[in-house]
Amino acid sequence: MDLAFFLIQLLNGLQYGLLLFLVASGLTLIFGIMGIINLAHGSFYMLGAYLAWSLASMTNSLVAAIALGVVLTVLLGIALEWLLIRHFYERDHLYQVLLTYGLILVFEEMRSVIWGDDVHGVPVPDLLAYSIPLTENLSYPVYRLVISAVCLLLALAMYLLIARTCLGMMIRAGSSNREMAQSLGINIKLVYMLIFALGVALAGFAGMINAPLSSVFPNMGGGVLIICFVVVVIGGIGSVKGAMVASLLIGLAETFGQVLVPEVAGMIVYLLMAAVLVWRPEGLFRKL
Amino acid sequence: MKKSTNRSGRREFLRSTGALAGAAAVGTLAPFGIARAQSAKLKVGLMLPYTGTYAPLGNAITNGFKLAVEERGGKLGGREIEYFVVDDESNPAKAPENTNKLVQRDKVDVLIGTVHSGVAIGMAKIVRETGTLWIDPNAGADEVTGVLCAPNIFRTSFSNWQSTHALGKVLKKEGHKTAVFITHKYAAGEQMKEGFREGFEKEGGKLVKELYLPFPQVEFQALLTEIASIKPDAVVSFFAGGAAAKFLKDYAAAGLKGKIPLYGSGFLTDGVLDAVGSDAEGVETTLHYADGLNTPKDKAFRLAYAKAFKLQPDVYAVQGYDAGQLLAAGLEAVKGDMSRKAEMIKAMETAKIDSPRGQWTLSKAHNPVQDMYLRKVVGKENKVQYVAWKALADPARGCKA
Repeated sequence: MDLAFFLIQLLNGLQYGLLLFLVASGLTLIFGIMGIINLAHGSFYMLGAYLAWSLASMTNSLVAAIALGVVLTVLLGIALEWLLIRHFYERDHLYQVLLTYGLILVFEEMRSVIWGDDVHGVPVPDLLAYSIPLTENLSYPVYRLVISAVCLLLALAMYLLIARTCLGMMIRAGSSNREMAQSLGINIKLVYMLIFALGVALAGFAGMINAPLSSVFPNMGGGVLIICFVVVVIGGIGSVKGAMVASLLIGLAETFGQVLVPEVAGMIVYLLMAAVLVWRPEGLFRKL
Repeated sequence: MKKSTNRSGRREFLRSTGALAGAAAVGTLAPFGIARAQSAKLKVGLMLPYTGTYAPLGNAITNGFKLAVEERGGKLGGREIEYFVVDDESNPAKAPENTNKLVQRDKVDVLIGTVHSGVAIGMAKIVRETGTLWIDPNAGADEVTGVLCAPNIFRTSFSNWQSTHALGKVLKKEGHKTAVFITHKYAAGEQMKEGFREGFEKEGGKLVKELYLPFPQVEFQALLTEIASIKPDAVVSFFAGGAAAKFLKDYAAAGLKGKIPLYGSGFLTDGVLDAVGSDAEGVETTLHYADGLNTPKDKAFRLAYAKAFKLQPDVYAVQGYDAGQLLAAGLEAVKGDMSRKAEMIKAMETAKIDSPRGQWTLSKAHNPVQDMYLRKVVGKENKVQYVAWKALADPARGCKA
């Protein structure tokens, strides 16, 4: 591997890692702050992708589709929290697993009824539908670079929201001691509802923005869900900073693993997770 | 002495008349029994995916099969059909249970299925023990007509080996000397890689690198970069469904399209062209069916299928249709009498199936010996270019039956 290709692979790894962060950050928020194990997270990703596809074909604009889609996923998040999730805060994790696993089945079936079982493609917006030539036979799609930039911006926004705003303070208070925060007059129910909606919207948004690259297909949430949990475990439960570092680590490990040791490429991420668990059982960064 | 012989003679007489009477009784009963078996409905078990990713394939196969039956007046070998349907969910873990539902509980005469190779291998293991007549209308695992082959096991689709073997000749013809093969790391991908490698090396080509992606991941960027750094004459691939759509788009977006020609097993470009759009244009694949064959049989089939189901047929519908045709050939030879199994199997083995894909016969291991077409993506169609390999037969490695 000469230097040019090494740098391109580095870029591939970082770009993939940033996208992983976008999907996994919602999971780490919901899991870390609310203590809810949300297996349906992959379904929200899938839902986002299908929304992007169907809205984009209706409005002929991916940007409009994403704007509409984000509103819809936020509403869905609020509705789900209000109808189901809030009744499970006090219960054992096993009940949450059962509930959210049930949601996976419901969302897959709904997807099949509403949109069918076919594979669909979402066109990249014309403005971004070109590639930058890197070597004589390899180009880099501009849309991928744009996604990376969006992911970085969102990461920054999340950091500011949690570390620098009043709402962020309430979130942090609620996550470290729910009862105490409540007795101090914080409307913890509302905070939790917002966090859940934010988590759903982040997963949905990741599905939407990635739809032109991944195309949309049934069961697309399954693979995403597993890798998200790996990110959360490596990064440390509830840590947004940890999710970022873990995502980038996984992106790089997978990219270079596939090229350098293709025989074990499927295992590399899990080996990495095992190593981190041995070294730091609580993950790289435990808290926000 | 004499007395005793006499007596024994009488006893012998009584015994033999008794036996005769018994034989007569059986004799009168036997034709009756057969008559009943022929007039009773033929039980056909359909074990296919009707939910999940492969549901459209299961439905196309079912439609094709039923079309073949309807064309024969709803009867095969003079017997009406009663269908028993099980959704196998493409779940290999449930394969034994689902197969037994049809074979043990419903006691079907014929089993048709399935799409997923892992499930098919589960089915094969059971019908090898029960001897149930089984027709595989899709699953391409080499084992089905290889190590697991049996007199009662038939396939009307393809073997994985077959679907890429002819590409070696094609690459040579187009002047490519080196190639990279890229696929998911699982049995079907590796069998297709092997089929290609053998064919390509026989033509003096060199497979310089095999690239694998863990199934079912679809992040191709790293491997595409690797392809660009290797700079082979051609890339050969196998992906299906959503993964195929994404691979074709990523290949184009990485700027490799037009620089390094892309080839593949036909499944790479089947059923995904709507999703991929112009990024698939010009990709060449081999398969046993193509658009634009324009034979009278294919035209008639496409018209009848579109009329009956308000859908365009695909390769899976053809495979289902041929499963019906193959079964018809067997049943017609024995006038619907499934008890004459050896005769029926013989008739199926020697049948010439007049398929929309072109005529084919069965190999010794009961896999189609068929023409492989080179197809090229033009617009939304896999247009036939030429016959890449006339009457390609699977080597049936490990088949001892």
